[in-house]
Amino acid sequence: MATHRCNIFMLAFVLCGLTCVFVREELVIRPLHSGDIYASFQFRTLWDTDFLRGISHYRLFPKSLGQVISKFSVRELHISFTQGYWRTMQWGQPFLPSPPGAELWVWFQDTVTDVDGAWKELTNVLSGIFCASLNFIDSTNTVQPSASFKPLGLGNVTDQRFLRYAVLPREIVCTENLTPWKKLLPCGSKAGLAVLMKSEKLFHSSFHSQALHFRPVCQDWKCKSTVLELRQTLNVVFDLHTSGQGKREWSLFKMFSRTLTEACPLASSSKVYVDVTDNPQGELFELSPTTPLLSQVVVLGDRRTYSVYDLTNQATFGQTRSLNMLLRWRAAENMLRPLLHGERYVAGYGLQTGEIHTLMYNNHPYRAFPVLLLDTVPWYLRLYIHTLTVTSKGRDNKPSYIHYQPSKDRLRPHLLEMLVQLPPNSVTEVTVQFERALLKWTEYTPDPNHGFYVGSSVISALVPSVVAMDTNSTRECPLFSSFFPCKEESSYFMRVYTEPLLVNLPTPDFSMPYNVICLTCTVVAVGYGSLYNLLTRTFQVEEPSPGLAKRLANIIRRLRGVPLL
Amino acid sequence: MAAPLTLLIIVAVTIRAVLFRSSLAELISERVEVVSPLNAWKRVVEGLALLDLGVSPYAGDVFHETPLIIYFFHFVIDYAEIVFMIADALTAVALYLAVKDYNKTVFRKQKYALEAERYPLDCVELIRTPKEMYYIPLKVAMFYLLNPFTILSCVAKSTCGLNNAVIALFILCTVKGSALMSAIFLALATYQSIYPLTLFAPALLFLLQRLYIPVNWQRSSFWLFTTQYAFMYLGSLCVMVCLSFFLLSSWDFLSSVYGFILSVPDLTPNIGLFWYFFAEMFEHFRLFFICVFQINVFFYTIPLSVKLKEHPVFLIFMQIAIISIFKSYPTVGDIALYMAFLPAWNHLYRFLRNIFLVSVVLLACSALFPVLWHLWIYAGSANSNFYYAITLLFNVAQILLVSDYFYAYLRREHHLTHGLYLKRKDGSEATLVLK
Repeated sequence: MATHRCNIFMLAFVLCGLTCVFVREELVIRPLHSGDIYASFQFRTLWDTDFLRGISHYRLFPKSLGQVISKFSVRELHISFTQGYWRTMQWGQPFLPSPPGAELWVWFQDTVTDVDGAWKELTNVLSGIFCASLNFIDSTNTVQPSASFKPLGLGNVTDQRFLRYAVLPREIVCTENLTPWKKLLPCGSKAGLAVLMKSEKLFHSSFHSQALHFRPVCQDWKCKSTVLELRQTLNVVFDLHTSGQGKREWSLFKMFSRTLTEACPLASSSKVYVDVTDNPQGELFELSPTTPLLSQVVVLGDRRTYSVYDLTNQATFGQTRSLNMLLRWRAAENMLRPLLHGERYVAGYGLQTGEIHTLMYNNHPYRAFPVLLLDTVPWYLRLYIHTLTVTSKGRDNKPSYIHYQPSKDRLRPHLLEMLVQLPPNSVTEVTVQFERALLKWTEYTPDPNHGFYVGSSVISALVPSVVAMDTNSTRECPLFSSFFPCKEESSYFMRVYTEPLLVNLPTPDFSMPYNVICLTCTVVAVGYGSLYNLLTRTFQVEEPSPGLAKRLANIIRRLRGVPLL
Repeated sequence: MAAPLTLLIIVAVTIRAVLFRSSLAELISERVEVVSPLNAWKRVVEGLALLDLGVSPYAGDVFHETPLIIYFFHFVIDYAEIVFMIADALTAVALYLAVKDYNKTVFRKQKYALEAERYPLDCVELIRTPKEMYYIPLKVAMFYLLNPFTILSCVAKSTCGLNNAVIALFILCTVKGSALMSAIFLALATYQSIYPLTLFAPALLFLLQRLYIPVNWQRSSFWLFTTQYAFMYLGSLCVMVCLSFFLLSSWDFLSSVYGFILSVPDLTPNIGLFWYFFAEMFEHFRLFFICVFQINVFFYTIPLSVKLKEHPVFLIFMQIAIISIFKSYPTVGDIALYMAFLPAWNHLYRFLRNIFLVSVVLLACSALFPVLWHLWIYAGSANSNFYYAITLLFNVAQILLVSDYFYAYLRREHHLTHGLYLKRKDGSEATLVLK
């Protein structure tokens, strides 16, 4: 692997006479205060070419973009696609800002005579390249800002005639925009940091922005010659609750469902930066695997410290040959465990049968107490009470009182009430099987595939209390403590509701009432017709029907009353 | 003939026992083609469990069996598998004995007709010989016991097996000529599900024929016997209904059992025509079409009795077939009962027109039922229309089968009166058509 990369480097150096391309890729991970995490990818390709010569060797620079730039004489091109809104107050400042929707601003070369024509064609071509609806950019949403969008690259032309700016706030960003964007990268999405960019995770985020910036820059600090720089950036903010499942622990695998296995072989530099400014001694979160590289960078007016992972160094990947950096926050174990807790879910597969499982947790360390479980199940889920099982700690736990009122179709639901003794520090599971009914087509809701709701189970209990409860109801006490009446000092009344259930029922085809009636009646008519024929008709020898002349003659003969032919 | 029958019963019991012990038993008892809301075993167990809980089984809408079933299974619940196997064996033996007796009657009638020279001379091929009729009872028992539909129904412990046993015993008693027992078993069959009511006419016709009482409206002997039989039948039915009342001290079972069968509130898919029809029915016409479909089952009794009054056993076969096709909650167990009779009409083979098509369609549909059910309910890639289409096809095939046998039977009768090789006026070979 290392020799392979060396060879490519040699080749790149050898061919560097006229066309020189250097590729750099980096990923910055910045944990945000709200528990979300911000990841910013940047890929930079430098292209040393001279358009005036007429030849263009595209090696690592994307050919489609190069052709567009040379055809329309584009000096600078900045395009971004954003989904979501950057919440500055919660997340701070982004590295590369972008507005929601699509934004395109272009500086043309001063050799262009018809800038509007070129702009129109350019937007259409870019619309094709990025699979976006940039063709909606026209004179109604294009402006020529006089002061705001000065060129970001080299060049001293500041005549705003050559600048065009347009924004499409309604543009939606999706996988179809990400795929052509990824194709413009030198390594594509096959190696390097771009392997992390999988759309199923990237679009499941609070903020997603991909951009492309093209401009001429100085080749080195002496600035004797200019090279063309193409920067592709992708910013994404993952939400703590939707992507992080509420746990404050982030890793590359959790964010992108991939890990890094190698740097892009064509890249001269491939680095991952993790912002550890708020975590100097590692007291806030723990970063693993550890890395010795630390760098201090001044960005956005602040000096930040970053842990650096150099992907060109094989040692970064360790024994497993993959890098999955993990940031784990040290959580404070101070949440109070509730004494009584209930959960409910539907088990089984298919649309014929199912099982309702109700779990009741008794988290008291040594006291057992009875609870009353009330289940109301709609009539179209037919419960089979002989399949009712109540188990605690793996053993059968027979309820001391069961009141069951079975349902009547279209009249009343099932009612099941049980008094169950919950052993201390245990989970009690109540399961009952049911069968799903097929309803009449008019009884379904307009969106039948959403499912039918089953109301929450109610668990009512007198939970033992740690402190003595106040049974005196006339004393002046706050409203929130006096809702449930208190009869005894050692326990208090509690009611716990479980989750409601969403159950799918088999559906008939709603477009077919007339067809079904016709077809079924046809089958009944087939039966009726066959039996009618056999019942009312008798067997007769078939005489062939005579010719036309004879038939006419027979008609006349019948009229005359003469015997037929 | 007892030995082959015993061997057959042993083989059948072995197959059922093996399937009971395998994991397929659970699977089969869930299949909608084999069990219906009326006769599922799960619902019987549920009813008994409700009774244990102190709730009336008819308080809910899950249990639709008659109280006598509750009473019966209350005692034999632990031996349920043996009960169903015995029911199947009993059905087979009853059918065996009934067909044996019927064959004797047929042969005797044929002998008298031959002696009276009532048959035309070219009908020699149509005359039935004892040799060909010797194995028919065994074949009938075999067709019932080894029919996959019967085996599935037994392994699923569907009470359809018990209903079939009662109907088979009724047929046996009718053929043997015992009017009282026949009335009692018919009353029991009607009590279980209403539709065997239509079997009253063929039973009456057979018994009249056996006692040489002509079916003549003016004759008093006809009316005397009819009222006797009707009285026995209605009396037994009343006794059973009242017994059921005293069992649970309420009349709830009437609406739960008979109201359920007649008004079809439960639209669980099955192999019949009712479920999807009423799932897609406009509310305004629901009552009308319920009445139409229910009358459709009872409606063919009088015309068929008039046409087949000389052939009551064939009439029984036709009625059972019509019940199995057009009842509100059919299952494969009902089909197995009328299919058991097919070997008795072996002599009609030469006049059957569609038998290949019908058998292929029935086989194909039986194979497609579980596939399309799986695609609809579990895979979600098909919808209810697929299953419904196979239901339609299956019922059309059954109707074709029944009408084909009816056609063949009538045609043979026609040939026996008018001769087998018919000629037209000009002497050329004639074709027979229904006109």
